[in-house]
Amino acid sequence: MRDLLKQTPSQTVGPYFAYGLTARQYGYPNSQIADGTLADETVSGTRIRILGCVFDGEDAPIPDAMVEIWQADSEGRYAHPADGRGSNTGFRGFGRQGTGTDSRNRFLFDTVKPGPVGGEAAPHINVILFMRGLLSHAYTRIYFADESARNAADPVLASVPAERRATLLAQPDPSMPGLYRWDIRMQGERETVFFDL
Amino acid sequence: MSDTAGGRDWQSHPPYLFADYRSTALRAPTRPLIPIKHCLSEMTGPVYGHEAVAPLDADLTRNARRNGEPLGERIIVTGRVLDEEGRPVRDTLIEVWQANAAGRYVHLTDRHDAPLDPNFLGAGRCVTDEKGRYRFYTIKPGAYPWANHANAWRPLHIHFSLLGPSIAARLVTQMYFPGDPLLAYDPIYLGAPEGARERLVSRFDLAMTEPDFALGYVFDMVLRGRGETPFESRV
Ligand SMILES: [Fe+3]
Repeated sequence: MRDLLKQTPSQTVGPYFAYGLTARQYGYPNSQIADGTLADETVSGTRIRILGCVFDGEDAPIPDAMVEIWQADSEGRYAHPADGRGSNTGFRGFGRQGTGTDSRNRFLFDTVKPGPVGGEAAPHINVILFMRGLLSHAYTRIYFADESARNAADPVLASVPAERRATLLAQPDPSMPGLYRWDIRMQGERETVFFDL
Repeated sequence: MSDTAGGRDWQSHPPYLFADYRSTALRAPTRPLIPIKHCLSEMTGPVYGHEAVAPLDADLTRNARRNGEPLGERIIVTGRVLDEEGRPVRDTLIEVWQANAAGRYVHLTDRHDAPLDPNFLGAGRCVTDEKGRYRFYTIKPGAYPWANHANAWRPLHIHFSLLGPSIAARLVTQMYFPGDPLLAYDPIYLGAPEGARERLVSRFDLAMTEPDFALGYVFDMVLRGRGETPFESRV
């Protein structure tokens, strides 16, 4: 047996990530690899928008967070070699948004609703969260409140105490078809469920 | 967990709440993390190949030139990305950003009264090769003050973001420079556990130095292994 190498420690993304990771969004001259638009009109599936805010322990919107999302396509396939079925739609499934360009510090993702991934009952979007003051990133998931039957059978949701599950549910906004509201709360009574992957 | 590759090793990573770093107080999750058994969602992640990188992206001394060379000490930052079992992690997208030689970020909200450099942006990216190697040309960043506590200064550092083989292996970190006296006072560096934080300090390597051009620093990074591989099955 030999020893494993030790993982490189995480460090905060800091307050100045914008021109490194989200340059175009913030108006810097260089490019970025991913933004808030995951799917254009050519991608098949149900088009959705996810709009939300990241709140700190005093319920103030956090203006310097970065939210990344990773999701399967509308048929539940990841664009990754470990998903042996392959992606049928050419949909990459990765998005990245800073919270510093919206006047209310919201993030917005334009995408398609993911299909259910093999082995897990309910459609979901994986979220990775970074910000100044967060020395190690945080993982959470977005589920959809209008999928109650599938949600009820989902093993990850089942592992979450019932009274906290609502923090993972994106709520359809009746004012616009396809729009979901989903906020992240770092602390407090309705603190979002974060996962240890 | 110490004999299983793939978990997030909390002996290596900083805790969420670290009182000396004041911004953690209102932003650190307070409830225990809920463990997830890895399925496809955790074992996959965005795939970016060499097509995501333009020729000058890895040369920060040239990718933002307007009327001359950026000021400061040219350096080479190179190293390998490995997993916990020591295997090279190829095709890892590395994004970097940093302050200029005077300790000033291009970022609009950086109010530090130090000069911007018209020929330096301080952002770049590259993808690791089949041996897990990467290489950047850049300018040695300067120290800069921040508001965390009285007379607080960040040690010299370069921010790194790595998109490895899965979202479970996602890493954002900072590389530091050997012998920097500010490390002993920096709550971000000190937030990583003792015995682990030292791995964030690059090493000077004369062999990586290009004569008459730039000094070489080596910074190797280790990403989580694949969770499904039991330790016993390896040699
Ligand atoms: Fe910094």
